[in-house]
Amino acid sequence: MLLLVCLPLCAPLLAAPAARLLADRLPPRTATWLLASSGLALAASSCGALGLITFAAAMRLPVVDALGGMSMPTVDRGDQATLPVGIITGALLFCAATAALRAGLLRVAALVSAQRQSRRLPQTSRLAGPDGAVVVADDSVDAYTVPGWPGRIVVTSGLLDLLSPAEREVVLAHERAHVRGRHYLFTAAARLAAAANPLLRPLTAAVSYSVERWADERAAAAAGSRPLAAQTIAKAALAASADLSRRPVRAATLGVVAARATGSGTGLVPRRVAALLRPPPKRGVLLAALTIALVVVSCLSAVAVASELHSLIEFAQAVASAR
Amino acid sequence: MQHDPSQHQPGRRAAGELEAAALAVLQSADSALTPGEVRDRLGGALAYTTVVTILSRMHAKGVLTRLKAGRAYSYAPVADGPGLAARRMRGVLDAQDERAVVLARFVSELSPADEQLLRRMLSERDMDG
Repeated sequence: MLLLVCLPLCAPLLAAPAARLLADRLPPRTATWLLASSGLALAASSCGALGLITFAAAMRLPVVDALGGMSMPTVDRGDQATLPVGIITGALLFCAATAALRAGLLRVAALVSAQRQSRRLPQTSRLAGPDGAVVVADDSVDAYTVPGWPGRIVVTSGLLDLLSPAEREVVLAHERAHVRGRHYLFTAAARLAAAANPLLRPLTAAVSYSVERWADERAAAAAGSRPLAAQTIAKAALAASADLSRRPVRAATLGVVAARATGSGTGLVPRRVAALLRPPPKRGVLLAALTIALVVVSCLSAVAVASELHSLIEFAQAVASAR
Repeated sequence: MQHDPSQHQPGRRAAGELEAAALAVLQSADSALTPGEVRDRLGGALAYTTVVTILSRMHAKGVLTRLKAGRAYSYAPVADGPGLAARRMRGVLDAQDERAVVLARFVSELSPADEQLLRRMLSERDMDG
C-alpha cells in the first residue's frame, strides 16, 4: 500500500518541469486542455491518497474499529499507516480542502463581480461584430475580455488609434477566442488544483500562458498571418508599457508585480511573440500521451489503494463477526 | 468661512465614501449642482469647505465637469454610463487582485528586459512601423 500511495503523492512533483515543457511544445489548445485536466486529476488523486492514509491510520483506533465492526488485530496486521502519519496526512488534507474551498469561492466571487460589471457596459459600439466589442474612450492602451454569460470584449480607443485595421482585427480575434473558448474555466481549474496541492502551482502560470497562446494562434489564423499577429502583440505591449510609465505611481506598483510575476526568465509577452515567429508547434502526440499515461497511472494507483483498503475492512469485519 | 482641518479633514476611507455619495447625488440631479446644493442633498452636518474640497478633487480626477455659476462653480458628472463603466473596469484592473486575474488582458506588463527583447524582435524582423 505504501508504495502505491506514494505515486499520487509524488506525481505532482513533476508539474514544475512538465508544465513549461507542455506549454511550449504542444499546440496551445491541446496544452491548455491537458494542463488544466491533469491539474484537477492530480489534485484529486493526491488529496484522495491523503484521505486514504488518514483513514487507514484512523482504523488503528479501537473506537473506529468498534463502530465499523472490525477486528482490531486484523487491522493492525493489515496496513502500514501509523497514527502519527495519519495525523500529518489528516492535517494536510484539511489544509488542502480549506485552501481549495477558499480559492474556489474567491474565483466565483470575482467572476460574479466581472459579470455584474459587464452588464453595465454599453450594448452598442462602433465596432460591429457578433460578440459586441465595446470601445471605451480612454487614452490608455488596453484590451481585455470580461468573462461571463456571455463574455464581453473591451478595447480602449487608445489602443485602436495605434493600430492598423488588420492589427485591430488581430486584437479582436484574440479576445473573441477567449470568449468563445471560455478560457476563464481553464484558468480557474488550474487555480483550484494549485490551491489544493501547492506542488501544482506552476500549472497556473502555464495555463495562463497557454490560453493566451491559444487566442494568439486563433487570431493569427483569422488574420491569415502569424508575423502580423506577433507584430500586433509586440506593438500593443510596448505602447501599454510606455503608457504605464507615464503614470508614475501605477507604474511603480506594476513594476513590483511584474518583477514577481516574471521572475528571472523571459516574460509572457516576449514568449508569445517568439512563439508566433517560430513555425507552428507540432502535434506532440508522444508528449501528450506520456502526460495522460502518468496522470491515469496516478489516479489508478489511488483507486487501487482504495480498493485494497476496502478489502481489508471487509476482511476485518468478517473476522470480527466470525468470533 | 474658516476651515478647521483637524475637525473636517475626512480620513481616506471617508473621503472615498463621500466622493461616491456626492457622485450619486450629482448623477440623480437633472442639472449641474453647486457645492451648497450638493451639501444640502447629502444631508448630515458636512462643512461647506469639505464639500468644495471633495468636488474639486473629483474634478481634478476627471470624474466631474464644472461650470461657472455666478461666483461659484456648479458640478456635473463628466461621464455617462459607458465612461463610468469603463472607469470602474480600470479600477478593477488596477486592483491587481482576483478580480483583475479573471479579466484576460491582451498584453501583460513588461519588465525592462522584456521591453528590450521585444524591441529587438521587432527590429530583427523588420516589422517595426
